Amino acid sequence: MGSSEAPASRRAEEWRRQRERQDRAARIAAICFVVAIVAALALFVVYVTGGQTQLEGVLLAVAFGAVGAGLAVWVRRIIGPREVVEERYPMRSPQETRDEFEAAYHDALGEATTTGRRRFLLRLLGGAGASLGLALLVPFRSLGPTPQDEMFTTTWREGVRLADTEGREIQAADISPDEVITVFPADAIDDPSAQAILVGTREGQLEPDALPGATVEGMVCYSKICTHAGCPVGLYRAAAGELLCPCHQSTFDVHRAAAVVSGPAGRGLPQLPIGTDDEGYLIALGDFSEPVGPSFWNLTHDAPGT
Amino acid sequence: MSSSQKARQSPVDDLARWLDDRLRLAEGGRKYLHKAFPAHWSFLLGEIALFSLIVLFATGVFLALFYVPDHRLVVYDGPYVPLQGQEISAAYESTLRLSFEVRAGLLMRQIHHWAALVFVAAIVVHMLRVFFTGAFRRPRELNWVIGLALLLLAIVAGFTGYSLPDDLLSGTGLRIGYSVLLSVPFVGPLLGFIGLGGEYPGTDTLGRLYLMHVLIIPAGLVGLVTAHLVILMRQKHTQKPGGRARQHNVVGEPLFPNQVMTSLSLFAFTVAVLALLGGLFEINPLWLYGPYEPFEVFAPMQPDWYMGWLEGLMRLWPAWEWTMFGVTIPAIFLPGVVVPGVLFGLAFAWPWIDRRWIARDEREHHLLVRPRDNPLRTGIGVAGITFVALITLAGSNDVIASDLGMGLQTLTWWLRVLTVVLPPLAGWVAYRIAASLGTGGAEDADPASPGGDDEGDAAAPESLETGSDSPAGEGAARS
Ligand code: FES
Repeated sequence: MGSSEAPASRRAEEWRRQRERQDRAARIAAICFVVAIVAALALFVVYVTGGQTQLEGVLLAVAFGAVGAGLAVWVRRIIGPREVVEERYPMRSPQETRDEFEAAYHDALGEATTTGRRRFLLRLLGGAGASLGLALLVPFRSLGPTPQDEMFTTTWREGVRLADTEGREIQAADISPDEVITVFPADAIDDPSAQAILVGTREGQLEPDALPGATVEGMVCYSKICTHAGCPVGLYRAAAGELLCPCHQSTFDVHRAAAVVSGPAGRGLPQLPIGTDDEGYLIALGDFSEPVGPSFWNLTHDAPGT
Repeated sequence: MSSSQKARQSPVDDLARWLDDRLRLAEGGRKYLHKAFPAHWSFLLGEIALFSLIVLFATGVFLALFYVPDHRLVVYDGPYVPLQGQEISAAYESTLRLSFEVRAGLLMRQIHHWAALVFVAAIVVHMLRVFFTGAFRRPRELNWVIGLALLLLAIVAGFTGYSLPDDLLSGTGLRIGYSVLLSVPFVGPLLGFIGLGGEYPGTDTLGRLYLMHVLIIPAGLVGLVTAHLVILMRQKHTQKPGGRARQHNVVGEPLFPNQVMTSLSLFAFTVAVLALLGGLFEINPLWLYGPYEPFEVFAPMQPDWYMGWLEGLMRLWPAWEWTMFGVTIPAIFLPGVVVPGVLFGLAFAWPWIDRRWIARDEREHHLLVRPRDNPLRTGIGVAGITFVALITLAGSNDVIASDLGMGLQTLTWWLRVLTVVLPPLAGWVAYRIAASLGTGGAEDADPASPGGDDEGDAAAPESLETGSDSPAGEGAARS
């Protein structure tokens, strides 16, 4: 008697357990969605009452996270894994289909396929396309001017005074040894390509033979634009007399014409020759010793205008 | 659809019927309900990228409503005290306003930035999965190429994006980008001038970056993602061998409801994580950097992680600058243009390199392999990862040097040696390990799949003779 009933009752038992599991999962999913509703409403309240970044982020995260969790429980536990099998065919069309397509294609072309004429026309069409493509490049040329002298010259000229970033003109006494200051032409403050760095050195540190341009009482002036990729060479290590570029750590020897000591820069910093005028102000004696900034293909190592 | 039909009357049913009346959807739609999605967590990486992109679009639209791409100077009078009274660009001002005055503005900005980081990361990890399981093999070369193009676009999107706020950090990144453009022989200066509308810093720079960032690049992303997905649908998913999976079938969860709900759940989780990151973890606090001044800079400076490899290349590369026949090859031309070009070129060409020299197999594949099944490919992949990881590390060499209490020169020297020595070594070790594990997976292949069209790279060399136009067994597979 038990032998026939046992499997049936076992099946019923299993079925009941599965129902229970699903009910439990449904309750969890429901809790998740309720949490999402509460979090979303709380977000609404926080926002309306003035907003608070951290709280908004957390509530948004809780709301979405709860929806995600609810959906995950739903699909994993209530619906459960399913498996379907789809057929797959090689991507390549069967040979007959290819042949049929080709035949239909040539059919459709009909008259125009007469060999000589078609090839001739195709060539002309190609020519028209290429010419049009060339013509349509023209508008792109409007996007910017052709580089002229800008790459080679700056706004520094003989006689123009050095000024700091606020526009104050500088006298020799303003700079003490081991001090650096960013300078511009007094009539072109903030001109990016004219930016220069004026360095005060101790007596005897400068090696005049190495320097291409003039200095004033231990003060030497270099372009501030790194010759590597153009960052401002902003850090000065007075002890070593080295200017350091923070972008890729090129270092330049201030005492020896700002030659590259280490790092990836390919050439030293151009020097600005300086002197003083009758009133004691520092002035430029000309433009930089060579083009400033990152190198480019037709760079020359001469001072502009020579 | 006649009204006499006995049908349930829910609004959804009504809508479905209305649509089918006009678009004849039921016929084709039925088979999509049961489209099979092979289930494995690693198949969801691409979805994370897609969902991050959706978050990027949503938050990006919000940001665009407030951002002003304008260089013109204004006096800051907002609530951020340290900058009050300073002259800053309207662009920077609008980003500050967005961060401090627009409700939920900072949250949106930070979610947007985090989503960008996750977007690129998900693409990269997805790509690695595809690489090591051989999912790029015929017929999926096209999607490999499209995926890489997406990676490139994602990087450019990130770069143009963080150049927009016009703070000190963004301006510096832009300056370096311009210098790289400038370094191209013969056309560099012209390219630079055309790009910025004149000499650096240019007059129209922000407007152009903005247009790129909100129109041109997103259009490209949408187009390529669409193509990627259409091709995926057409070719169907790859799958791991085992169980009922064969070369000629797809075994997995049905699209509806399982895959749809799984994907929705993953979408919600992705948004949740991004919201948490954006809410709690400060990213790019541009008010601290101050406005961009061409003569100012701070250290240490770090770009977003996906630019680190380029930054590292520029830091590691020796100061080689030559002048030949009056033409100067600037120091940054090789590390800034040539090497990245070669790296991406190799990656684009990989499916063809693989079929010619690595797997020597031109047949169609729908079953994935394990990394151990092709030790050579795995070795090369590991070497590549090691190389990119090292140059990315080099992108922070100043920070690492000070953390280790090591001289910067010494560290850079070591990193140079390591980038040359370590990748081949790591690749060789990976090769040995993969080879010693053996290709046990090859036996999983479907015995019913004709003509040796199944997996197993051991059998590959013979297939060289078959030529690309006559993959053995295709005709038989149809029968
Ligand atoms: S920009 Fe100065 S080291 Fe690269």
